[in-house]
Amino acid sequence: MHPAPSVIVFTVLSGIGFGFLAFVAAGLLPVSGWGAFFVWGLGYGLAVVGLGASTFHLGNPQRALLAFTQWRSSWLSREAWASVVTLLVLAPMALSDWLGLGLPRGIGWLGAGLCLLTVAATSMIYAQIRAVPRWNLWTTPLLFLAFALTGGALLAGREVLAPLLCLGLAAALITTFLLGDQQFVRRGANLGTATGLDRIGAASVFELPHTGGNYLMHEMIHVVGRKHAMKLRVIAVICGAVLPAALVLLPGHLGIAFAVLVHLAGAFAARWLFFAEAEHVVGLYYGARG
Amino acid sequence: MTMLPATTEKKLGLVIDLDTCVGCHACVTACKGWNDQGYGVPLSDQNPYGADPSGTFLNRVHSYQVQPVDAAPQTINFPRSCLHCDDAPCVTVCPTGASYKRAEDGIVLVNEDACIGCGLCAWACPYGAREMDAAAGVMKKCTLCVDRIYNENLPEEDREPACVRTCPTGARHFGDLNDAESAVSRLVAARGGYDLMPEMGTRPTNKYLPPRKKDRPDQASLLAPLLDIKATGFAGWLDRMLGKI
Ligand code: SF4
Ligand code: SF4
Repeated sequence: MHPAPSVIVFTVLSGIGFGFLAFVAAGLLPVSGWGAFFVWGLGYGLAVVGLGASTFHLGNPQRALLAFTQWRSSWLSREAWASVVTLLVLAPMALSDWLGLGLPRGIGWLGAGLCLLTVAATSMIYAQIRAVPRWNLWTTPLLFLAFALTGGALLAGREVLAPLLCLGLAAALITTFLLGDQQFVRRGANLGTATGLDRIGAASVFELPHTGGNYLMHEMIHVVGRKHAMKLRVIAVICGAVLPAALVLLPGHLGIAFAVLVHLAGAFAARWLFFAEAEHVVGLYYGARG
Repeated sequence: MTMLPATTEKKLGLVIDLDTCVGCHACVTACKGWNDQGYGVPLSDQNPYGADPSGTFLNRVHSYQVQPVDAAPQTINFPRSCLHCDDAPCVTVCPTGASYKRAEDGIVLVNEDACIGCGLCAWACPYGAREMDAAAGVMKKCTLCVDRIYNENLPEEDREPACVRTCPTGARHFGDLNDAESAVSRLVAARGGYDLMPEMGTRPTNKYLPPRKKDRPDQASLLAPLLDIKATGFAGWLDRMLGKI
């Protein structure tokens, strides 16, 4: 699949944003006054910038509000609702922390739960697609949630929880890579089933239907850069999970800042791979396995 | 509404005969021609006369080579377009309700006025049947020529999809696959029509008819046994001697 920058920015930033908001909302980063203003502002900022980036992916963003209508069948629509409802539910908690209104923390816990639901809904946009076997697995929601929680814990500077979550993220990444590699074959689609010509023999591409490129090839048969996949996987695990686990233990805000920046670099590498490595079955028609 | 109808009254669709298709691409051109001026925005082209032309098409014709175990390879021309699936994943993923499946005839359509161009439906389709129009930013797909098949301004014989109407070899058939007595249903039954990628769980309406069994060289002629000529004389002697070494 084509690793479009808008979608990578959307999923990475909204993921860490909602993860961070979950920690702040649950009271795991006790803040008050202007400190609270900036901390909540950072969480909201990341989530909103991420959500905003997703609209750059649209052909007709002026109609984006229509995306709220099909929540009964569409994960994209559910994600839209979940993110807006979450940001609204969290607003009183944020105001309460900032202005010292003393609202019950229960609202924050509810909001924290909604944050995780939002991230899960985002992951389901991809995980639901059977035609992309690598995504169509329980590891996709696991990975998105692991990134959100780890990023959130790092930003919140949780000195025990963050390193533990980093380890969890490393395990989630490695599981995703290993199981993902087998998914295409396990799904059982090949040129024979795609054309039905397996009935008479072994099929191969004789001639392409068009000499130029098209939307399908650009969007779904992306192959550029897959040769660096192994290096990027290592970068994703080291930068996304291993290094931040140590960096976050450095004293002061500098350690947190370093840990988060290195983690974000790993997260972008991992998300780029998430798209670039995912093979769509339509590639079979074009003789690519992806 | 992107909930799928539980059942559809008719299942209008295509039956494509891989035995007769000669890969002339006439259906591709007819489709592009009709849909350039019919339903929704025109099918745009980008840089059509330049070095790197591309464009939106609703129908593409591939060519494959098939190698049977015990016979010579064959060339198969393979038209690919929307299969108007019963369990259309492209419909349920759509966040806006732009994609829908009609309860009356099963045709899967895009209401372009509601499409935000997110492209998710094209990702969800295993068959590459949807292409985003690069000029208009909305999703395009086969409409089964919904603006021809019910169009009473057209002569009766033209009330079928443009690709079917134009196919010079009669490799494309249009009809109701819900009606067991329709010509298309009987064709599917007689020829063993099949679904593409059944493992995707989409339950396509369109069916493909497999290529018929080809004659084998040893079955090719009634005179074949007589053609097994034995060499005589010096050639025969040489043949026997060489055979012994
Ligand atoms: S072929 Fe693709 S676009 Fe057409 S109905 Fe099936 S899934 Fe949808
Ligand atoms: S591209 Fe248009 S039709 Fe397709 S899922 Fe998005 S809004 Fe629906």
